[in-house]
Amino acid sequence: MASFDWQVFCKNTLDGEVMPRCFGSGGDITYLQWMMSAWGWTLSVAVLALVVALVVGSLMGILRTVPDKRLQFIGNAWTELFRNIPLLVQIFLWYHVIPSIFKSLQGVPSFVLVVFALGFFTSARIAEQVKAGIQSLPRGQSYAGLAMGLTLPQTYRYVLLPMAFRIVIPPLTSESMNIIKNSSVAFAVSIAELTMFAMQAQEETSRGVEVYLAVTGLYFVSAFFVNRVMAFVEDRIRIPGTMGSKA
Amino acid sequence: MTGLDFSFLTWDVVSGFVLKGLFFSIQLTLIAMVGGIILGTLLALMRLSGKKWLVVPAAFYVNTLRSIPLVMVILWFFLLIPLLIGQPMGAELSAIITFTVFEAAYYSEIMRAGIQSVPKGQVHAGYAVGMDYRQTMQLIVLPQAFRNMLPVLLTQTIILFQDTSLVYAIGAYDLLKGFEVAGKNFNRPVETYLFAAVVYFVICFSLSMLVRRLQKKIAIIR
Repeated sequence: MASFDWQVFCKNTLDGEVMPRCFGSGGDITYLQWMMSAWGWTLSVAVLALVVALVVGSLMGILRTVPDKRLQFIGNAWTELFRNIPLLVQIFLWYHVIPSIFKSLQGVPSFVLVVFALGFFTSARIAEQVKAGIQSLPRGQSYAGLAMGLTLPQTYRYVLLPMAFRIVIPPLTSESMNIIKNSSVAFAVSIAELTMFAMQAQEETSRGVEVYLAVTGLYFVSAFFVNRVMAFVEDRIRIPGTMGSKA
Repeated sequence: MTGLDFSFLTWDVVSGFVLKGLFFSIQLTLIAMVGGIILGTLLALMRLSGKKWLVVPAAFYVNTLRSIPLVMVILWFFLLIPLLIGQPMGAELSAIITFTVFEAAYYSEIMRAGIQSVPKGQVHAGYAVGMDYRQTMQLIVLPQAFRNMLPVLLTQTIILFQDTSLVYAIGAYDLLKGFEVAGKNFNRPVETYLFAAVVYFVICFSLSMLVRRLQKKIAIIR
């Protein structure tokens, strides 16, 4: 096997010339710059999709625990639908099928479509965690809330959810790390994210090992960063008096 | 709304384009499941062996593969295997190797939890009747661990089946590819993607219903 050639990252993406100080001039960019922008796309897709997933997933997870059977059905159907279709197929549905059925969505950029695809896909998993978190609470908690005269939404807001969300932080951490990994599937609809960069740069430069190593490293760094952020959040919102808390 | 027209999806089209892909997806799933569970169980035993020279490499293997996106792993293997063996390898074979190696990391975490769920007394009992480590594991611990974890192992296999669609990255001919080729040939991509989603949903949803029933059955016996 040939030895590594890291100079590939300092090459101009247009003519393959090695640029001094690794930066292109006059609008040209080097592979390093391209990779950094790809990293930005990966993180943007992942973070925005996570926001969508948390909002929708929490809502659906809550619906699955309420007494009303029809609402339960909506939550369950949502979860099953988005859990049993491969992410790549869901991305194709958003990209090819939905704009052709709903003409008004044709101008929407593919970045937004991918954010929703990844967000809804992940929302099914988050709904599962949120539901499990709520159901792990003793029944007396919700009875106590209702007995005090709180309405059902108030019981959720002030009694159940503050506990449930803190309980589900560890599984949410792994979902947040998963969403960064899963954002790689966006390559299939030509989002200029890390995996897309890896495939194209590999083809153009034939230095696949170096390119893949760098990209894999960035995925590692991103996942590690998410892990630390979530650990910090987890630490700050520990439920006092439980096994994990300091007090 | 434009009219969707599914009339081109006749049995001839399905059997001509899609079945070949479906067979590959199933083949890939089954091989990666069997290979992944065997390799994963070995990795789990290594991690629980308490011997540092076994624990460290197994933990490294599992943690590394679990932190890399599957698409990147697929690309890595497709790039590296030909470099290592000195000749090109087909996308299909490359995918089979990749998925077996990759899924082993996930199955190993399940098996590790399964082995840890077996009460210590079972191991002591094995030793007390004169069995050695291998016999205790093989005859007492692993059968129980496997049984306890069967629903989780099968759920992982459903995820594996969904993930086989990612061989798209290296152009292997799987179920999704079959639909895509059919859609391109008849210039009906919208209908074929929609139909592909339905087929995946029906397969995965029925399998997960079966797993749920199995789970209830096992739960009663325990």
